[in-house]
Amino acid sequence: MSGFNPSQRRPDGVALVTAAALGAVAVLIWTDAARLPQDAGYSGVGPADVPRWIAGCLGGLALWSLVAAFREAPEAPPRQAWGPVLWIVAGLLAQLVLLQPVGFSVATGLLFACTARGFGKRNLMVTVPVGIVFALAIHLVFAGLLKLSLPAGPLENLFLGG
Amino acid sequence: MAGFDLLMQGLVAAMDPMLLLYALIGVTLGTAVGVLPGIGPALTVALLLPVTYGLDPAGSLIMFAGIYYGGMYGGSTTSILLNTPGESASIITALEGNKMARAGRGGPALATAAIGSFVAGLIATLLLAFLAPSVVKIAIAFGPRDYFALMVLAFVTVSSAFGDSTRKGLISLFVGLSLALVGIDQLSGQARLAYGVPQLLDGIEVTTLAVAMFALGEALFVAGQGGPGEAKVIAVKGSVWMTRKDWARSWKPWLRGTALGFPIGAMPAGGAEIGTFLSYATEKRLTKHPEEFGNGAIEGVAGPEAANNASAAGTLVPLLTLGLPTSATAAIMLAGFQQFGLQPGPLLFATNPDLVWSLIASLLIANAMLLVLNLPLIGLWVRLLTIPRPWLYAGILVFATLGTIGANPSPVELFMLLCFGVMGYLMRLYGFPIAPVVVGLILGPMAEQQLRRALSISQGDLTTLVASPVSAVLLALAFLALVVPMVLRMRGKGQVLTQLAADED
Repeated sequence: MSGFNPSQRRPDGVALVTAAALGAVAVLIWTDAARLPQDAGYSGVGPADVPRWIAGCLGGLALWSLVAAFREAPEAPPRQAWGPVLWIVAGLLAQLVLLQPVGFSVATGLLFACTARGFGKRNLMVTVPVGIVFALAIHLVFAGLLKLSLPAGPLENLFLGG
Repeated sequence: MAGFDLLMQGLVAAMDPMLLLYALIGVTLGTAVGVLPGIGPALTVALLLPVTYGLDPAGSLIMFAGIYYGGMYGGSTTSILLNTPGESASIITALEGNKMARAGRGGPALATAAIGSFVAGLIATLLLAFLAPSVVKIAIAFGPRDYFALMVLAFVTVSSAFGDSTRKGLISLFVGLSLALVGIDQLSGQARLAYGVPQLLDGIEVTTLAVAMFALGEALFVAGQGGPGEAKVIAVKGSVWMTRKDWARSWKPWLRGTALGFPIGAMPAGGAEIGTFLSYATEKRLTKHPEEFGNGAIEGVAGPEAANNASAAGTLVPLLTLGLPTSATAAIMLAGFQQFGLQPGPLLFATNPDLVWSLIASLLIANAMLLVLNLPLIGLWVRLLTIPRPWLYAGILVFATLGTIGANPSPVELFMLLCFGVMGYLMRLYGFPIAPVVVGLILGPMAEQQLRRALSISQGDLTTLVASPVSAVLLALAFLALVVPMVLRMRGKGQVLTQLAADED
């Protein structure tokens, strides 16, 4: 513990952010618990108590992280390429927005293409159609045979005669 | 021998052609998905959960059993041929197995893993059948405080006993416990942390969280590492069959692995992968060919792989008899039970004995099917390994979202999936363990219920929690499991720091 002088280097950013996030969640849970009617009955423990204890523990972990940020050596930050990550997140967002208006197959086909792009298949002219056909096949199997309720759009209705 | 009679009845019930078909489909799907690189048994089970939505409880749970064993088997194939273990328990298999494959002995490595898994699965499932009725008898005498203490022990061992950092493990656990608060409180009917969003009133789905953290988190992480990085699949050359010498060198490790793996898995505490490490260490010490270790020793595949399967069957003991999941896979299986309104635990053995015993019997059947199916089909599974990564991960994400959409086709649910996926990615990036979040989410409400029941019985007296011998011992164990590793890490700290400094390039 005494090998280095804490003031000589910057605190561990990840641990600082962790501490802040945990503190915020603790406050969130505590304020939510405060609004619950305390109807503890015989037990003396109502619906708001366990949340309060958890909030307390989160607060403790936030303090621990704060201390760790200044006392422990920061780990080497992992090198990440953000472009591919953003492509996949964009694909998921596209699916989320388009699912209800245009149906499962088209929305999921776009997710497929965006993910493939994130992993290096850049030609969307190929991946989008492949994705839509793939998703349509899955729709036919899962909604048709296994009776899963998947949102249908014009494309699915064409096949299932909706 | 009550267990034996019930097991026989279960076997007869599970021989129903429809159920056999379900088991076969489960085994095949489980292996096919489990073989895909980067997918461990937990994710296999989570991804394939929607397939079982449309079936009746018996059929669905039996298919599930097949998926579980199939996923385990598939994982070992990946680690031997690709050196990308999908889960911590397969790391050891990859260690020696991949070396064997490089040396052109991939066939025997796969064979010893498959047969070892079969032997271990067979013995462990039989042990499960004989042990379960006795554990149920003990568990029926457990009161709420004992259950609460049991869950605290599971929380501690899953989160902080075996990771790199107590702090990170506990943070993961409390993230799970916080998420578990969302929704309607089961005892008072009060809505907590729902903010008027109807989808949040039901609480957060375990499968949504698990799929998001394992599938999305993993995909984002792998994508973020960028570069081609395509791992090379090692072709299986020569015979798949083991020579006489391979057999002679394998059978003892199989049995020793089973003996180590099953008790560790069956304990109501986390850390099922410890059995594989112990088995590897044991084989390394007992071997007559120490020079081969590190270069592809068949004992180093046979033992850990048997231990891995035995402890997987072992985790079913606390899951079925106590309703206590001690691994991420078991947590998702519990979610699978809950979708039919079934709560595993001692009561399930009383109320649904047919179901429980045909489930255990179909584990035996699935195990036998795997052996028959997989050695001839190795060529097919190897071909699955060669799917290019863009297509592979695109497909995984489609299936990941399919499960969520199928369970609850609303943008809110998909948004949660996305948020948890990003959270899983960040946690993976900065070294926070994922399994405690999943276990915390599913065990949190159960622990809270037992705690509040215990306190109702004692009229709010907190000392009741340590007043029964069982709960006192369990809580003491939990305390030790929390403190001892912290002290050990503290002591080893200097060395760890130097190691970190040396690793920096």
